[in-house]
Amino acid sequence: MSVATADGVKGGIGLRRLPTDTVWGQLGIAVAVSLLLATLLNMFWNWPAELVLPIKIWITDLFRWLDKEATLGLFTVKDATRTVSWILKQPLIWFEYLLWKGAKPFQMLPVFWIAMATLAGFVAYRLRNGRSAVLVAFLVLAVVSLDGLPHILLSLTKALRADPLMEPAAFIGISEWPGYLLELLAPKNKIKPLPWVAVVAGFAIFAHWVGGWRLAILVGFCMSYLAFTGLWRESMKTFSLVAVAVPISAVLGLFLGVWVTRSKRAASILTPMFDLMQATPHLAYLVPVVVMFGAGQVPALIATVIFAMPPMARCTILALQTVPSDVVESGHMNGCTPRQLLWKVQLPASQKTLLLGLNQVIMQTLAMVVIASLVGAQGLGHKLLFSLQQLKLGFATMQGIAIVLMAVALDRVTQAYANRATDYEHRESRSFVEQHFHLVLFAAVIIVSIIAAYFFKDVAILSKKMLLADNKSALELDKSIKQITFFLIDYVKPIRDWLTVYTLIPLRNFYQGTPWIVVLAVIGVLGFRLGGRRLALLVCSLFFFVIVLPGNWEFATTTFYYVSSALIVCVLIGVPIGIWASRSPRVAKITMACCDTLQTFPSFIYLLPAIMLFKVGELAIIFAIVPYATVPAIRYTYLGLRLVPEVTGEAARMSGATTFQRLWKVQLPIALPEIMLGVNQTIMMALAMTAITALIGGTDLGQEIYRALPTSDAGRGVMAGLGIATMGIIADRLIGAWADQRKKNLGVE
Amino acid sequence: MSDDVQIECRNIWKVFGADPAGFMRRHNNQPDTEALSEEGYIGAVRDVSFDVHRGEILIIMGLSGSGKSTIIRCITRLNDPTIGSVRFDGRDLLAASEKELIEIRRHKMGMVFQNFGLLPHRDVMSNVAFPLEVQGLERAEREAKAREMIELVGLGGRESYFPRELSGGQQQRVGIARSLAVEPDVWFLDEPFSALDPLIRSEMQDEFIRLQKMLRKTIVFITHDFEEATKLADRIGIMKDGHLVQLSTPEEMVLNPADDYVAEFTKNAPRDRIVSVQAIMTPTRAKAPKKGTGVEGRLSIGEVAEQVLNSDGPVNVVDKDNIVVGSIDRKRMTKALFGREGV
Ligand SMILES: Nc1ncnc2c1ncn2[C@@H]1O[C@H](COP(=O)(O)OP(=O)(O)OP(=O)(O)O)[C@@H](O)[C@H]1O
Ligand SMILES: [Mg+2]
Repeated sequence: MSVATADGVKGGIGLRRLPTDTVWGQLGIAVAVSLLLATLLNMFWNWPAELVLPIKIWITDLFRWLDKEATLGLFTVKDATRTVSWILKQPLIWFEYLLWKGAKPFQMLPVFWIAMATLAGFVAYRLRNGRSAVLVAFLVLAVVSLDGLPHILLSLTKALRADPLMEPAAFIGISEWPGYLLELLAPKNKIKPLPWVAVVAGFAIFAHWVGGWRLAILVGFCMSYLAFTGLWRESMKTFSLVAVAVPISAVLGLFLGVWVTRSKRAASILTPMFDLMQATPHLAYLVPVVVMFGAGQVPALIATVIFAMPPMARCTILALQTVPSDVVESGHMNGCTPRQLLWKVQLPASQKTLLLGLNQVIMQTLAMVVIASLVGAQGLGHKLLFSLQQLKLGFATMQGIAIVLMAVALDRVTQAYANRATDYEHRESRSFVEQHFHLVLFAAVIIVSIIAAYFFKDVAILSKKMLLADNKSALELDKSIKQITFFLIDYVKPIRDWLTVYTLIPLRNFYQGTPWIVVLAVIGVLGFRLGGRRLALLVCSLFFFVIVLPGNWEFATTTFYYVSSALIVCVLIGVPIGIWASRSPRVAKITMACCDTLQTFPSFIYLLPAIMLFKVGELAIIFAIVPYATVPAIRYTYLGLRLVPEVTGEAARMSGATTFQRLWKVQLPIALPEIMLGVNQTIMMALAMTAITALIGGTDLGQEIYRALPTSDAGRGVMAGLGIATMGIIADRLIGAWADQRKKNLGVE
Repeated sequence: MSDDVQIECRNIWKVFGADPAGFMRRHNNQPDTEALSEEGYIGAVRDVSFDVHRGEILIIMGLSGSGKSTIIRCITRLNDPTIGSVRFDGRDLLAASEKELIEIRRHKMGMVFQNFGLLPHRDVMSNVAFPLEVQGLERAEREAKAREMIELVGLGGRESYFPRELSGGQQQRVGIARSLAVEPDVWFLDEPFSALDPLIRSEMQDEFIRLQKMLRKTIVFITHDFEEATKLADRIGIMKDGHLVQLSTPEEMVLNPADDYVAEFTKNAPRDRIVSVQAIMTPTRAKAPKKGTGVEGRLSIGEVAEQVLNSDGPVNVVDKDNIVVGSIDRKRMTKALFGREGV
């Protein structure tokens, strides 16, 4: 930055600028020199295979070693991962019993006792206070788990594949009695999962509580879709993963966030890690997890938790930093201990931000759970993946819509809840039922529907006859989609071919023919101009050590080719829409609503229309990226233009500028930093999406990750993931530095 | 240290910047203004010493950014002074451990904030009961105490309202009730009324005076408003650029401002209410005490102005036993009333 300002001063007092002082001059020199180098020495053109540092192999070996041999003193890493898996598996199986599997009576015991503990805690809270509530609940659980210890140990030793220490049959305690009771009640010794009616009604009741009738109807509709298209069980499989992953990620993120604000050292380690994690595509998380934990529901859960946690941590940090200082200080002055300050003042006072964090966690979780079907997560994602791979587009559409509706329902409900939480309103004393109307209603619905489910099967789960859409309709849909694409192909094909031949292929050839040293030189110069030596060093070393040295340069050019082509389209679409929205409140409202909705879709979904239109291929890849990544371009353009002060426009109007001139010469330049930040976001999202487009082909880094999955080649996947993250981080740092500089020059901030 | 001193501050410096302690060391703990600005440090409080006596209302005034809040925050240790010492009830506050500090704050200090600092997620009742809650009092006990405080500030019946449902004045009443709930020895108020509009402000000032009459606490009060200060203060301290330029009774300050800055503050002061007759009279030279009639010396000049201005010659000033202690004439009266001679 110092360089640039010094430069500005020089220019300002009218010294004749040498060509080597301007950005373009320096860039030109850098490109020329590096091109020369590349022509002289081939290793600067393409990094030779013999010089590739075997980082991938090292990483693969490291993971293999961790998996097979590493010990932590008393136990091996393998034991540790198995224990973690076992612990995570427990809540997951209960949710599965509850939501779709049904269970034998004894399997329901933990759920039963947890419910009992909650109930006892609630009663204690009513009678005394929060602390005794926790105490009572904890006591109940402690007694029960002590009683059930042999069983727990047995289950754990089974999971660890070790010999059990004692025979569980020797101990049968009081904690088992409810099991016998349930056994009496359940015919055929099996307890059914919650009827769909109860779940849908539960969602609708919750939605009504947080957001009134309109939300209740929307959510009720979304959830009913799942039931009436025969996707109920699959949806509940997905939902059980979400229901377990969300609390874990949220709590983990909360604690990490708190830790960052408390300790400088934690901040210096964790903050860059969160940055990196944010930039790393979903898919890359899967590879190491598969190596360490195998495939299945639990690994999917773990990958999801890791992926969805950073936004919560970030929101927690933000929340804690934005609590008004008055409030914090009054907490201090009232004699809070640090812990009281955190739990009674800072966190509750910033509920809204925390809940928005929770909303993000839920959305990320859903997106990840769908992708995690690649490592064996069951549910909607699995079905969708399967349909996509077989190009059964009708099925894929129905399943895709189900995922989208589920996402929309969860998003709207949590957002409404976040906004509601700050809407404190005193309530005059009312009766218990009035105060807890929704809760009572929900309890009633559960009881009634469970009883009804005994008599009418359709209440439990809709039978084939009752479905509004089933496999047959999916097939019909499939057919009509085929017809439409067949009809469209006449129009699409020429465009597709023309685009491919005249723009995409030349562009690709150009990128792939570029020597890496030129790219290094260019980002080095840009980094130096924008942020001084440190930034230049950072971006260059990231580029060299993460992308070139491990031999990922060629894959990276392809990724870059997808991203940059998509980026051009995104900007060409997004910026004009943003401009349009900034000029008319009505357009703005509609556009922003669309953007909100588009952002709730799990990224996987965007593959669908792309395949329908362009079949599998490069154009489809780019087309899948565009709608996903355009949103920030629109949003930031709109916000940037809205932030331009009214008077600036007025002044320009007074000096006789036409509307177009005003926009072009006054408003856009002022809004440019903001717009560029939007472009930055677009790049990040496009990078994330390229990884997912690996499912429909390509030869990029994403494909590398995808190929690493089945072979459990951790190094290959990790380095490819880091490569994508690195590209994101380089773009982010450069654009961020540029926007800062520019804002400073404009005198904003 | 005398017995009635509650808080004793000595040579407090609070410097903001990259390395305040190192900066102070480099400058022998006496950096001047140039040194501060040259090295980019802010001297929020510079070499301030004063005492607060038990049961007095000490008001600190000064322009925005003069360091008023910072000095109070040094005493309460919301900020740690860069150097200097603070003694509270005779004990070194800066040496107090985290735990001791929490104890002191829980039982000895109460503070009212300019922007109220209420907890947005708690209703009036649990805001007021909050300090008692963190002390670990049982619910019934703390709510009884809180209810008492809520009644005291006149918010009875609104216990279940949330802060955002209350007007500014009501919110500050909650803040006051909360700070009083622990029955503190010393009460700190940082511009408690300046976020309120004038009418409500004056109402709250009266309220404050009423409360203080009942409670007789030691009070350190910050305000921008000299009129407010004279209404409430036993003593006033004026701050400028981190220095405490003058600390005296309002009367002394009006009559003998330390410099132009202080004079500027006192310019529009209601002198007729602040200055007493005995402060401006010509003391009698008579050796033997003599009884007589005249105006009473401890009255404010406003109360006797008419009588003095309407009489031709000097008027006797007497003490409470009707002994003549001096005299006052029209000229002196006018000067005292308007700050200059003649009309
Ligand atoms: N945390 C801080 N970091 C840096 N500078 C600070 C900090 N707190 C206060 N200052 C500076 O110290 C100086 C004194 O601030 P202080 O808040 O004490 O002023 P004040 O007299 O209370 O003003 P006001 O009437 O506006 O409340 C100001 O110049 C302020 O900018
Ligand atoms: Mg202040």
